[in-house]
Amino acid sequence: MRKTARDKANVTLKLTHEPMSDTADLKRTPLFETHLASKAKMVDFGGWNMPVQYSSIIEEHSAVRNAVGLFDVSHMGEIEVRGPQALELVNYIATNNAAKLKPWQAQYSALLYEHGGTVDDILVHRLPNGDMFLCVNASNQEKDFDHIKAAVSGKKFDAEVELASSRYAQIAVQGPKGLATLQKLTATNLSEIKYYWFTDGAVSNTPARIARTGYTGEDGFEIYIAPGEAPRLWKELLKAGEEFGIKQCGLGARNTLRLEAGMALYGHELTASINPLEANLGWIVKMDKGDFVGRAALEKAQNGGLSRMLAGFEMKDRGIGRDGYEVWVDGKTAGWVTSGGPSPTLNKNIGLCYLPTAKAQPGQPIHVIIRNSPVEAITTPTPFYKRAKA
Amino acid sequence: MSYPNNFKYTKEHEWVLIEGDNGTIGITEHAQSELGDIVFVDLPKVGAAITKGSTFGSVESVKAVSDIYAPVSGEVVEINEALGGAPEKLNSDPHGTAWLIKVKLAKPDEIGTLLSAADYEKHLG
Repeated sequence: MRKTARDKANVTLKLTHEPMSDTADLKRTPLFETHLASKAKMVDFGGWNMPVQYSSIIEEHSAVRNAVGLFDVSHMGEIEVRGPQALELVNYIATNNAAKLKPWQAQYSALLYEHGGTVDDILVHRLPNGDMFLCVNASNQEKDFDHIKAAVSGKKFDAEVELASSRYAQIAVQGPKGLATLQKLTATNLSEIKYYWFTDGAVSNTPARIARTGYTGEDGFEIYIAPGEAPRLWKELLKAGEEFGIKQCGLGARNTLRLEAGMALYGHELTASINPLEANLGWIVKMDKGDFVGRAALEKAQNGGLSRMLAGFEMKDRGIGRDGYEVWVDGKTAGWVTSGGPSPTLNKNIGLCYLPTAKAQPGQPIHVIIRNSPVEAITTPTPFYKRAKA
Repeated sequence: MSYPNNFKYTKEHEWVLIEGDNGTIGITEHAQSELGDIVFVDLPKVGAAITKGSTFGSVESVKAVSDIYAPVSGEVVEINEALGGAPEKLNSDPHGTAWLIKVKLAKPDEIGTLLSAADYEKHLG
């Protein structure tokens, strides 16, 4: 039994437990030793040695849907933009309108190249003093930082940009019992933090930035803390969530959860050659807010009509459409799968794919090419899974 | 983890149990553990010919697809139909009820090139 060649596109698949020489160069989060002690299966995720699963991806996935799960997301990057014109700077380098943010509010946004392709998808947080706190993808952080510095050089924004990742560990507490779990460790009234808002407080007596955000399609929180505090907090959160059946969750469950929720993963749905309009992220692109990097290219793309769009699909016949597989419409190559796999919640095989715009509407019969055979599937609306509103 | 002494093994983590002219083929405990939750099994049809060292099917977990390589050459005489509806059996009983296929051996002398349980465990380290 051997991993097949087509899995090479999927960075989360490479098992890295074997030769030490292969993993020694990988970056580690402050929770690395904690994961090893828990006997997590570790993988190379974009240069980071990360847990892909602790027990079973399916069990971890359902813990988040039904109770609460704990994720180490310390590999994510943090970029701080500080100074009188921090807002103006962020509004120039990101697609969403940060001026709409109230203090302690967050938004999803994207960094673009001048040609309209995506540098990264990010979270923008606005602090009361006007500073901006960006959470960016782990393996993109240096690229993002360099991109921002280059984009604003000569623009004379009165603001400084710092890659601050080394000052933060990040833990996600996700699921319907996430609030009750985290609430045991903080005096901050978590029910007062609305979805996509945040605050600065303390968790178990250590300063923490507490955001009601996540990447699972469930309610939950992402907390930013000092790296040295992460192992202690991890243990305390596990204890606090014990009565709810909390589980430590790896990147495997994180991926199945975000796929069900129809959320993009950089390197899959978004890349340097894909713009956010194609990825159904028009809602984070505010063309009327003033100039921003990539705006002209997007305007041109919009006026010319987008040639392809992201679509959801589910397999009709036996087979699992996975990342990188070809997609056919009417017997001809039409696109490719960006993410695909089994949906533990829906018990179907689902995925996302790029298709010519005219074929990207729900209900389009398609074939996914699996082991050289076309297998029947149909495009569907996204998200595949939406939690019931409380 | 225990590996039956009456099985022969490959470095690619398949096992075969030889009984007379026939061989029963499966994946090892180590393989299922590495794969995690198995959600899909693709097997050849009865009557198909398989060749030692060539792929004859695949096993998919939530995250990964793995090809399965034939430990011996032969003709498929039976496939484990139960796995179609319950692929998770490969996680719970890979050396027992979750066998994959049975073959009629084409070249019985191939068996000599396979690993014993002790050699396989040594290979796992």
